[in-house]
Amino acid sequence: MKNMKKSTKTDFATYAGVTAAFLIMYALQRGGHLTSSISGQLVPICCFIVMAVSLNLVVGISGELSLGHAGFMSVGAFGGIIAAQSLAGAIPSAPLRLIVALVVGALCATVVGFVVGVPVLRLRGDYLAIVTLAFGQIIKDLINCLLVGYDSHGLHIVFNISGLKSINDLHLEETGKAIIKGAQGAVGVTKIASFPAGFILVMITLVVILNLVRSRTGRAIMAIRDNRIAAESVGLNITKYKLMAFVISAAMAGAAGALYGLNYGSLVASRFDFNTSILVLVYVVLGGLGNIWGSIIATVVLYMLPEALRQFSDYRMLVYAIILILVMLVTNNAQLKALLGKLIPHKKEAAGNE
Amino acid sequence: MKNTKKIISFIVVMTMILALCSVSAFAAEGETFKIGGIGPLTGGAAIYGNAAMNGAQIAVDEINALGGVQFEFNAQDDTGVAETSVNAYNSLKDWGVQAIVGTVTTAPCISVSAEAYSDRIFMLTPSASSTDVIADKDNMYQVCFTDPNQGIASADYMAENYPDAQIAIIYKNDDAYSQGIRDTFASEAESKGLTVVYEGTFTEDTQTDFSVQVAAAQAAGADMVFLPIYYTPASVILTQANAIGYEPTFFGVDGMDGILSVEGFDASLAEGVMLLTPFSADAEDERTQNFVAAYNDLYGETPNQFAADGYDAMYILYAALQEAGCTPDMSAQDICEALVGVMPTISVDGLTGQGMTWSATGEVSKAPMAVVIKDGVYVLPEAAE
Repeated sequence: MKNMKKSTKTDFATYAGVTAAFLIMYALQRGGHLTSSISGQLVPICCFIVMAVSLNLVVGISGELSLGHAGFMSVGAFGGIIAAQSLAGAIPSAPLRLIVALVVGALCATVVGFVVGVPVLRLRGDYLAIVTLAFGQIIKDLINCLLVGYDSHGLHIVFNISGLKSINDLHLEETGKAIIKGAQGAVGVTKIASFPAGFILVMITLVVILNLVRSRTGRAIMAIRDNRIAAESVGLNITKYKLMAFVISAAMAGAAGALYGLNYGSLVASRFDFNTSILVLVYVVLGGLGNIWGSIIATVVLYMLPEALRQFSDYRMLVYAIILILVMLVTNNAQLKALLGKLIPHKKEAAGNE
Repeated sequence: MKNTKKIISFIVVMTMILALCSVSAFAAEGETFKIGGIGPLTGGAAIYGNAAMNGAQIAVDEINALGGVQFEFNAQDDTGVAETSVNAYNSLKDWGVQAIVGTVTTAPCISVSAEAYSDRIFMLTPSASSTDVIADKDNMYQVCFTDPNQGIASADYMAENYPDAQIAIIYKNDDAYSQGIRDTFASEAESKGLTVVYEGTFTEDTQTDFSVQVAAAQAAGADMVFLPIYYTPASVILTQANAIGYEPTFFGVDGMDGILSVEGFDASLAEGVMLLTPFSADAEDERTQNFVAAYNDLYGETPNQFAADGYDAMYILYAALQEAGCTPDMSAQDICEALVGVMPTISVDGLTGQGMTWSATGEVSKAPMAVVIKDGVYVLPEAAE
C-alpha cells in the first residue's frame, strides 16, 4: 500500500466503498429488512450515479459545460426499450436481454454524442453549453414524433413529423405490439432492470472513467482544461481529446438511460427535460467538480432526500431547496474548512491532490 | 490512513441515510381501511391532483361520519412523474396501504399499475384515461372515460348534429391524454365522413401563445374547433381567437371542464363553448349541490370534474368493499382479490354518472353528457337554442 500513488489509493477506496455499500444494501434487501420505499429507489440511484459520474467527466475533468445530459439518457432509454421489447421473443433470458439493451442504449447515445460533439467541440467558449441545451429540447420533441412497433416482420418505425399519423399507420399485425406511441411514450414496458445490474453498471463506469482520468489521455484532457494554449503548443489534438471525453460520457449516460427505462412500466420523453439535466449537474457540482466519489455520495444523498422528506408533504421541495443552499454555504465556509483542517490533519495536504 | 478515513466516512454516510429513511412501517391495523392516494400535489399538473385528492378527502370525511366502515386516507405527491409516482407508491406500501385511489395522471399511472399488478394491490384511478392504464391488469379500474371513448363520442356527436362542419383540431402533441383523444377522434371522424380542414399542435413549452394555430384554423375556414386539451391552454385559445375576431364553435372534452373558473380569464368568452363532460358543478341534484358547497367551504373554489372523479372513486371503493364483505384486518392482497371479483357486478350512482358499471377489463360504462355554456353555466344544447 505504501508504494501506491495517492490517486490509486483513492480509486481503490472508491471501488471498495461502492462494493461495500452494494453488498450491505443487497443483503438487507434480500433479507427483507429494507422498506419498499428504499428498495424501489436502488435502481434509479444507480442510474443517476452513472449519470453524475459521466457528466463529471465532461464538466469536471474536461472543463466543458454540458446542459443536455438528460438528452443522452433519453436516447439510451428509448433505444434500450426498443431493443429489449423487440427481442423479448428472441432472447428469453431477462438478464441477457438487459445487457443487450444497455449496449444498444450506449451505442445509440454514442452515435448521437458524436454527431453533437464533432462540430461543437472545435469551437472555443461556451458553445457546448448552448448546443447541448438545444439538443436536450430537440431530442424531446423528436421522440414525441416517434412511433415504433414490433411484429413478426420486424420493427416498424414511422416518423410522425406532421402530427397527423397515429399508431395505426404502423400497420402492425394482430399479434404485433406498439413499443413507442409518440407523445404517449413507451408503454407496457416489461420491467427487467435489477439492483445488481445497476451496481455492475456503476462499477463499469467507475473503472472506465477513473482509468481514463489517470491515463495519458486523461492527463491530456485535463491539460486542455487547465490551459488550452499550452496544451496546443505541445501538440495535443484539442478536438480529439475533448470529443473522447464527451462521447464516453454520452455512452455512459445512454447505458444509464436504458437501465432507467427498463425499470418502469412506462416512460415519456418529457421526463428527460432541462430540469433533469440540471438535476444531474447539481449532483456533480455539490459533489465537487472532478471529484468522482463526491459525485456518488452527492447523488445518493440528494436522490433520497426528497423521498425522506415526504412527511413535510407539500413543503418538501422547499425544504429540499433550503438544504441545498445550506450545503453550498457550509461547504464553502472558510472557517469551517479551517476547523475541519485542524480536526483532520491530513485534510490540508490532501486538498492539493484532488 | 487517508483511505481508511474515506471508507469509514462513506460507510458512516450510508448508515446515516439508512437511519434517516427507515420510517417504521406497519402501524396499528384492524380498525380502519388504509386507503392511499397518489397524484401530482405540486408541479405543473398540481391543479388536477389536488382537486382529485380534495374530492376524495371530502368523500372519506362523509363516509367516516356515517359510522360503520372507517377510512384513513393518505395522499402522496408524485409531481406527475412516473418515477416519483412509483416512489410514492412504495412509501404507501410501507405505510400499509390496502387499496389505492390513483394515480391521477396517465403516464405515472401506467408505471404504478404495473407495480400494483405484481404486488396485487387494488387500484382505482379517478382520472387516468388511457386504455394502456387498464390493459392486461385485472386489478386496475377507472372512474373516468377512456380516451378512445371520448374521441369517438365527440366525433359521433358532431356527425349527428353538425355533419357539414369544417373542423379544426388543436391538440397538445406531447401529452398522452390529448394525443390519445385526437387519434381516436381523427379516425372516427374519417369513418363518419366529417371534414377536418386543419390540425394544429402545441407542447408543454409552447402553451402560452396560440396565435399561429388560431390564425391558421381561421384561414382554413374552420367553423368548428375541436380542443381535446385541458382548460388552461383552452382559455388562452379562446382569448386569442376573440382578439382576432374569429368566432367558430369550440368543442371540448372533459379536460375543458373548469374553464369558467380560470383566474384572469373573461368567462364571457366561453359563451357557446360545447363540451362533453360527465360532471357539471351547476347540476341541480342535491348530492352535487352538497358536494360543491362542502368543497367551497373547505378549499374556497368550485370543484371541477377531477374533484368529482376523486369523490366518486372513494364512494365506488366504499361500495365495492361493502359488497365484497371486506374487513379492515384483511391483507391488501385478499382485499384485491375480493374487489376484483365484485367490481364487474356492482352499480354505483355518483356525481359523474348514474348507475356506473364496470367491465372486467376495468373500463367504466356511463353516459357522456354534451353541454353548452350559456350565461356562465352549463346547459343542455337543446335548452340553449
